[in-house]
Amino acid sequence: MDLAINPFSSWHPLRDMIRSIRACKTAAEERAVVRRECAAIRAAISEGDQDYRHRNMAKLMFIHMLGYPTHFGQMECLKLIAAAGFPEKRIGYLGLMLLLDERQEVLMLVTNSLKQDLNHSNQFIVGLALCALGNICSAEMARDLAPEVERLLQNRDPNTKKKAALCSIRIVRKVPDLAENFMGAAASLLKEKHHGVLISAVQLCTELCKASTEALEYLRKNSLEGLVRILRDVSNSSYAPEYDVAGITDPFLHIRVLKLMRTLSQGDADCSEYINDILAQVATKTESNKNAGNAILYECVETIMGIEATSGLRVLAINILGRFLSNRDNNIRYVALNMLMKAIAVDTQAVQRHRATILECVKDADVSIRKRALELVYLLVNDTNVKPLTKELVDYLEVSDQDFKDDLTAKICSIVEKFSQDKLWYLDQMFRVLSLAGNHVKDDVWHALIVLISNASELQGYSVRSLYKALQACGEQESLVRVAVWCIGEYGEMLVNNVSMLDIEEPITVTESDAVDAVEVYLKRYSADVTTRAMCLVSLLKLSSRFPPTSERIKEIVAQNKGNTVLELQQRSIEFSSIIQRHQSIKSSLLERMPVLDEANYLVKRAASMQATVSSVKSAPAVTPGGQLKLPNGVAKPPAAPLADLLDLSSDDTPVTTSAPTTAPNDFLQDLLGIGLIDSSPAGGAPSTSTDILMDLLSIGSTPVQNGPPTSNFIPPGIAETKPVPVTPQVVDLLDGLSSSTSLPDGNAAYPTITAFQSATLRITFSFKKQPGKPQETTINATFTNLATTTFTDFVFQAAVPKFIQLRLDPASSSTLPASGNGSVTQSLSVTNNQHGQKPLAMRIRMSYKVNGEDRLEQGQVSNFPAGL
Amino acid sequence: MTIRFVLFVNKQGQTRLAQYYEHLSLDERRALEGEIVRKCLARTDQQCSFVEHRNYKVVYRRYASLFFLVGVDNDENELAILEFIHLLVETMDRHFGNVCELDIMFHLEKVHFMLEEMVMNGCIVETSKQNILAPIQLMEKAS
Repeated sequence: MDLAINPFSSWHPLRDMIRSIRACKTAAEERAVVRRECAAIRAAISEGDQDYRHRNMAKLMFIHMLGYPTHFGQMECLKLIAAAGFPEKRIGYLGLMLLLDERQEVLMLVTNSLKQDLNHSNQFIVGLALCALGNICSAEMARDLAPEVERLLQNRDPNTKKKAALCSIRIVRKVPDLAENFMGAAASLLKEKHHGVLISAVQLCTELCKASTEALEYLRKNSLEGLVRILRDVSNSSYAPEYDVAGITDPFLHIRVLKLMRTLSQGDADCSEYINDILAQVATKTESNKNAGNAILYECVETIMGIEATSGLRVLAINILGRFLSNRDNNIRYVALNMLMKAIAVDTQAVQRHRATILECVKDADVSIRKRALELVYLLVNDTNVKPLTKELVDYLEVSDQDFKDDLTAKICSIVEKFSQDKLWYLDQMFRVLSLAGNHVKDDVWHALIVLISNASELQGYSVRSLYKALQACGEQESLVRVAVWCIGEYGEMLVNNVSMLDIEEPITVTESDAVDAVEVYLKRYSADVTTRAMCLVSLLKLSSRFPPTSERIKEIVAQNKGNTVLELQQRSIEFSSIIQRHQSIKSSLLERMPVLDEANYLVKRAASMQATVSSVKSAPAVTPGGQLKLPNGVAKPPAAPLADLLDLSSDDTPVTTSAPTTAPNDFLQDLLGIGLIDSSPAGGAPSTSTDILMDLLSIGSTPVQNGPPTSNFIPPGIAETKPVPVTPQVVDLLDGLSSSTSLPDGNAAYPTITAFQSATLRITFSFKKQPGKPQETTINATFTNLATTTFTDFVFQAAVPKFIQLRLDPASSSTLPASGNGSVTQSLSVTNNQHGQKPLAMRIRMSYKVNGEDRLEQGQVSNFPAGL
Repeated sequence: MTIRFVLFVNKQGQTRLAQYYEHLSLDERRALEGEIVRKCLARTDQQCSFVEHRNYKVVYRRYASLFFLVGVDNDENELAILEFIHLLVETMDRHFGNVCELDIMFHLEKVHFMLEEMVMNGCIVETSKQNILAPIQLMEKAS
């Protein structure tokens, strides 16, 4: 049934194709039909079939819509556009807009046809070309064809004018430099009568204001009067059937004008005053019983909030929002919540009045409304209302559906941390959140909780008891288990002896073996992940020293993991067995309670890791106890590893001679406890140094590890090779064991990491490395972090240096920068300073990227290079 | 950029029209359509017509068996977009007379022409049904 080549009726085969696609019962059948059709179209193309070209295009568009590749039709579009007849051109342009985009090189070929059509005598053909240009033009085409479009803005025909205006929007967006050419024409278009021209012109003005401050100034002076007149005309006009929506004339025009007014009057008191009256008129007179009216009111409120409005006008706006919020229509409530977020910056008190209603919205059945309301509540929290609000939210956490718990938990944790003057209250809230939604709690949150407990000596007993109780009830929450297990290991005796009871507590009876039981359960549970189980092992080891009678039992439990398939657990268990069995003399001092964790330091690091990168946290030079500056070794340290240095066991401070291993993100606790997951580092080549630390720790005064403890005839891979890696001096000092034989690699004078560039949205840090013997060469490791809340795409970093310096840029690790500092992009630069020692390094940098598809550009100069580069 | 895409989807989740005003690869489109449609179809009539998805806001409205979805920027007036969807449907209604899913399927190119008259580069150009339909009717007369 090869209908595609049926030469008789021109449109029916399309119908037939659609029918046969519709008749398909399975996706496979559909694919088969599409394949057959595509083959027929390809054949027609290669035969140079003229008559049915546009019919084939129509088919291709349908196939494209279904999500199949249609690139082979692109050239056909161009041929159709070049044809003389209107129907062919029509479908050709449509195909062009659907099948092509500005990135394709084919597009360059169409510039000429477009230029011809823009000069065509038939206004419809001109319209087609404008429309296509407006939808897909690239920066180059924009430059080439801008004069044609400027000319068409003066055309007599309103349809051409409006399309030319919208086409200009695209041009200005692509080439912001051209904005000044369009501002005069844009302002004069506002004097027209035709609504299509007006709405296009208003949008063009809005775009111009964004593109250039000069245009903004110009339009402030020259367009405001016209805008007020337009708004007055449409809102007072009598019934206009063509533009009427539920008794209101052209709400779309209303909205665009209000939006432009906002753009113009933002931060400008004169303009704001000028439009005061008309805004008041729109806000009071617009009917609010239909959607169209509400849309206008909504935009009007947004404009009032955005400009320097009088207080009377603001009260009016807040009252409209209050009405919206109590509306029964969910759409209206949604936009009210949305708007209140913006209003909060203007008038917090007024928004606080609606707190009860907003809190109700958090519990709404509709997820869109819930999300908005939660954001809003988060902004509303202050010192006075934090306790009742948190209680409400935590109560709701219990019943909310799973999808929403992530958001809700994150917000509650953030609120609780922000207002945590009262430590007992903080602990109580966190314990509740952990019990209710521990699986949704982010790692840094429970890390912070552990740090806090460690610092609050008077509340440690209370914490461990509360956590023990919570563990009995809600053991399935992973992060609750982790925190509880950690506390039991550290403060086990406080649990058993009811040490430092608070007045509000009831004494509980927990025996030593109960405590061991509690931990053992989670070590053995299959669903527990490796981190949790590793924490259980450490906790048990500590308990064995806290409760000597249980030591034998713990030894058995630990020994059970000697055959564990997870290398980490296996190794730990062998080591711990050996500690329990053979190192009684140092055991108690080895297993003492952790020193108080440095809270201030942690908070700083956490804040840093949230915004900044990886290497700025890590590659800052660390001073060893010996007083030597150590060299940042270029190890990319995961951002969630802020606690890594707590025990100074962190492997990454050790200079590594091989290309360094990277530990998997989020396993900071491994670092905390000196545990490095071996399986997360590449086997063989780059050994994880934390392993060695422990090996060294265990080999104090006894046989070298290679010979293996007698309990094991299994030597984990990696140990044999890891031996030569230098030992961290701290660890050695700590244990008074081996004398440090570590020597730092020579020729490696250390240079501090610098922040090369910082704006509100972007931070760049440089860390430096030199090859020994080549003082003029420097390898700069640049790390880019996005501080804004939207992701940057197409990120490109460029650098320029003075003539006496040579620069080579390696490719960046990615061109996408995740939002809010969640990860970063690195790029290395090799710099050769030919006048080393005489002139310092200097560099100009330029970063271009896209935010939500819009181009952004930032540039700066780096002059704070450390001396000696 | 205000409007980022316009989608018509039937109750079974099949796309009946797709127009994007920003570049997305085929795979991205398929994924996006799948995710959004699943989200929207799962909602009840009582729930509001706005869904937040990735960095877009999707405004949707249902007419009989067809869903009309419009993806917009976060700062766009959602209520106005609802009104725009209605205008689009009314325009199709005027042209086809009681428009149904099949009309859109079999006259896909005409619906695209209408949409083209109404939206350019993500901005609304024309809101008068008469002006939108004039070129299309002219072309029909000619052929």
